[in-house]
Amino acid sequence: MYSEKVMDHFANPRNVGEVPNANAIGEVGNAKCGDIMKVYMRIEDNIIQEVGFKTFGCGAAIATSSISTEMVKGKTIEEALQLSNRAVTEALDGLPQDKIHCSVLAESAIRSAIGDYYKRQGIDPEPILGCAKDCGGGCHHH
Amino acid sequence: MSRFVYADNAATTKMSPVARKAMLPWLEDGYGNPSAVYRIGRDARRALDGARDQVARAIGAKTEEIFFTGSGTESNNWVLRGICERLQGKGKHIITTMIEHHAISRTLEDLEKQGFEVTVLPVDKYGMVSPHVVRAAIRPDTILITIMFANNEIGTIQPIAAIGDIARERGVLFHTDAVQAVGHVPIDVELLKIDLLSLSAHKFRGPRGVGALYVKKGVKLPAFITGGGQEKGHRAGTENVAGIVGMAMALEDAVQSMEQNLLYVTELRDKLIAGMLQLPAVSLTGHPEIRLPGIASFAIACIEGEALILMLDAAGIAASSGSACSSGSLDPSHVLLSIGLTHESAHGSVRLSLGEETTEADVDYILEQIPPIVEKLRAMSPLWEERVDA
Repeated sequence: MYSEKVMDHFANPRNVGEVPNANAIGEVGNAKCGDIMKVYMRIEDNIIQEVGFKTFGCGAAIATSSISTEMVKGKTIEEALQLSNRAVTEALDGLPQDKIHCSVLAESAIRSAIGDYYKRQGIDPEPILGCAKDCGGGCHHH
Repeated sequence: MSRFVYADNAATTKMSPVARKAMLPWLEDGYGNPSAVYRIGRDARRALDGARDQVARAIGAKTEEIFFTGSGTESNNWVLRGICERLQGKGKHIITTMIEHHAISRTLEDLEKQGFEVTVLPVDKYGMVSPHVVRAAIRPDTILITIMFANNEIGTIQPIAAIGDIARERGVLFHTDAVQAVGHVPIDVELLKIDLLSLSAHKFRGPRGVGALYVKKGVKLPAFITGGGQEKGHRAGTENVAGIVGMAMALEDAVQSMEQNLLYVTELRDKLIAGMLQLPAVSLTGHPEIRLPGIASFAIACIEGEALILMLDAAGIAASSGSACSSGSLDPSHVLLSIGLTHESAHGSVRLSLGEETTEADVDYILEQIPPIVEKLRAMSPLWEERVDA
């Protein structure tokens, strides 16, 4: 069902937990749907210096959180905003069809954290990010 | 990790050695078609007759009241579709509950589309249906009451005797999906006034792919599969002789050792429940006492079931969950929602189902492995963080 990469990131998740002095925090998903991702970042000089996550969810949710935080660490904000759910899925050597929404959630969580950073800088994130998270409402729409 | 603990006996069971041994001759030289007149055909026919007799005795039925099928699901389909076809002139109303297996609920949804009307009765927080509610739901056009004997996810055993009384008194046919109960708790179809009962071999250590349907004498059920004359022309297709023989032996064996197994497995289950309830924010699902001996089921706050199952798997423990991710749908188990769990709690469900091959050391191992896994997942969970902060 899951690739070895997914199982590795699930069993040994990278970047678990809060980041000290985080200045970018994003949370997406909801408990009713069965997955919540919370991403913490410390951004300095436009670079994501540190990143961590907390996730309530299935194996794929934890694995996508782990790999997406790994993929944006040390990157510029602009680079991080380029992270797509497809790239997350590919980096995990694929996900089962009914778990693709987890990669969408990971992408949204990163964008949501960056949106929070912009707000803290007094910048309206809406024109840059568009509607970053959960616009549709309800549980995972495939 | 070499240790393996199988705690998913409600999903399927390891075949018992007696069943396996009884099957072998019918997979080897006993390959005759039971419909054939020559010797090896007659031998196979005799084996089928003997098996029918064994299954009948195990549930207090008569030999001619047992029909062999390919699964419990097939037995359920046959009853629902057959009774609806046969009795639609009398009425189109069926009574069921919110916690049935999909083999019942999805078949009824299908029948609803064909114009039948289904009353789905609620259950209490333990997953128990009230006989009074069943009585009140009966209408002049009610043609069938179908209520499971015991629930596959939470183990709760329904008040079958009381429902049987009501159904018989009101002259409505009563079917029970007893797939989880047969071979585990005593069942006498005469005593319980059951008209139709579905069972499945692999839930009581028989082979997968075989089931049976009990049809009380006098209840007319149309043919489900047409073709040859097998099963009195009601379920055509050359019989799975080895599977049927294995089912019968497994069931006879289960009934003979039921008293002893029931005590033994219940004790292990209660030890497991007591141990699990020591963990913070863990609750038992289903009735605390009136439940199947093997099923221990829980809601574990702030974690997701599939993640727990995968981690248990890594520790060599096979268990299951009713979370959405485990069920392959967007919603968690309808059973858990029916007993009043929130979506959040239902996502964190786990079912550990034991059997007579489970040892106390297995239970100790489960109780040793689960706490650090729950702790690890909670340390990762933003919900747990919120809960602890609050």
